Amino acid sequence: MACLVLGLVASVIASVSPAMATIRPTWFHLITVGWLTQLIFGVALWMFPRPPTAARRDAWGWFGFWALNAGLLLRLLAEPLKIFSNRMGGLLVLSAFLQLGAIIALVASLWPRVRER
Amino acid sequence: MPRLSLWALRAALVYLALGAAAGATLMVARAAGAYQSFVWLIPLHIEFMLLGWTVQLAMAVSYWILPRRRSGPVRGNERLAVTAFIVINGGVLTASLAGLLETGVLATAGHGAEVLGAFTFAVSAWHRLPRSIVLRGRSLPII
Repeated sequence: MACLVLGLVASVIASVSPAMATIRPTWFHLITVGWLTQLIFGVALWMFPRPPTAARRDAWGWFGFWALNAGLLLRLLAEPLKIFSNRMGGLLVLSAFLQLGAIIALVASLWPRVRER
Repeated sequence: MPRLSLWALRAALVYLALGAAAGATLMVARAAGAYQSFVWLIPLHIEFMLLGWTVQLAMAVSYWILPRRRSGPVRGNERLAVTAFIVINGGVLTASLAGLLETGVLATAGHGAEVLGAFTFAVSAWHRLPRSIVLRGRSLPII
């Protein structure tokens, strides 16, 4: 929900100033990844049946949650700052790896729950 | 979970991982100033994330949880639903290739297949939609 609100605020900022139009991909991803994909995983990890042998604490799921949100927030900072300094490219790379790692972790967490009875 | 939903959900998760890898590649390329060399990944990223992941997941879950029919096959015409999933996946892969091969014909064919797949799925699921909901003991019609 926080990502949805942040994404919508960023969309307003991007539409007000032409210089800030560069954050357009950021607000789009805040909504589609930060809100929609996270909502899907939140509900799926809640409702899909857990395998009987699975550990009670879902380490992959928690890592995915923190890495995804850290990656998105880093992108939210790095993308506008990249207009002023090319050094911010390193933050974008870190953000990309955090988000990719998060998605792989969330897929690993959900995969065993996608099964026939 | 029916077998069709199982395979569609697994396919959706694979699309998500591959689409995220394409997105991460685009971000790294942008940071390195090599974005133009990777723009062919954009259609693949969009197709995989929007249709392959989000839409397919919604279709797979709805095929699983929509109310079962009381007569005939419980989930309606299964062959029609299988066809819908095959056509949509064919469309996603074809439209994704269009960016790589830079051919408008492939993009049109891919998007056309996606429309056909979505329509086929809608037809297969239509009769499973609830006609009414019960609210405070009263049955209210929906459609």
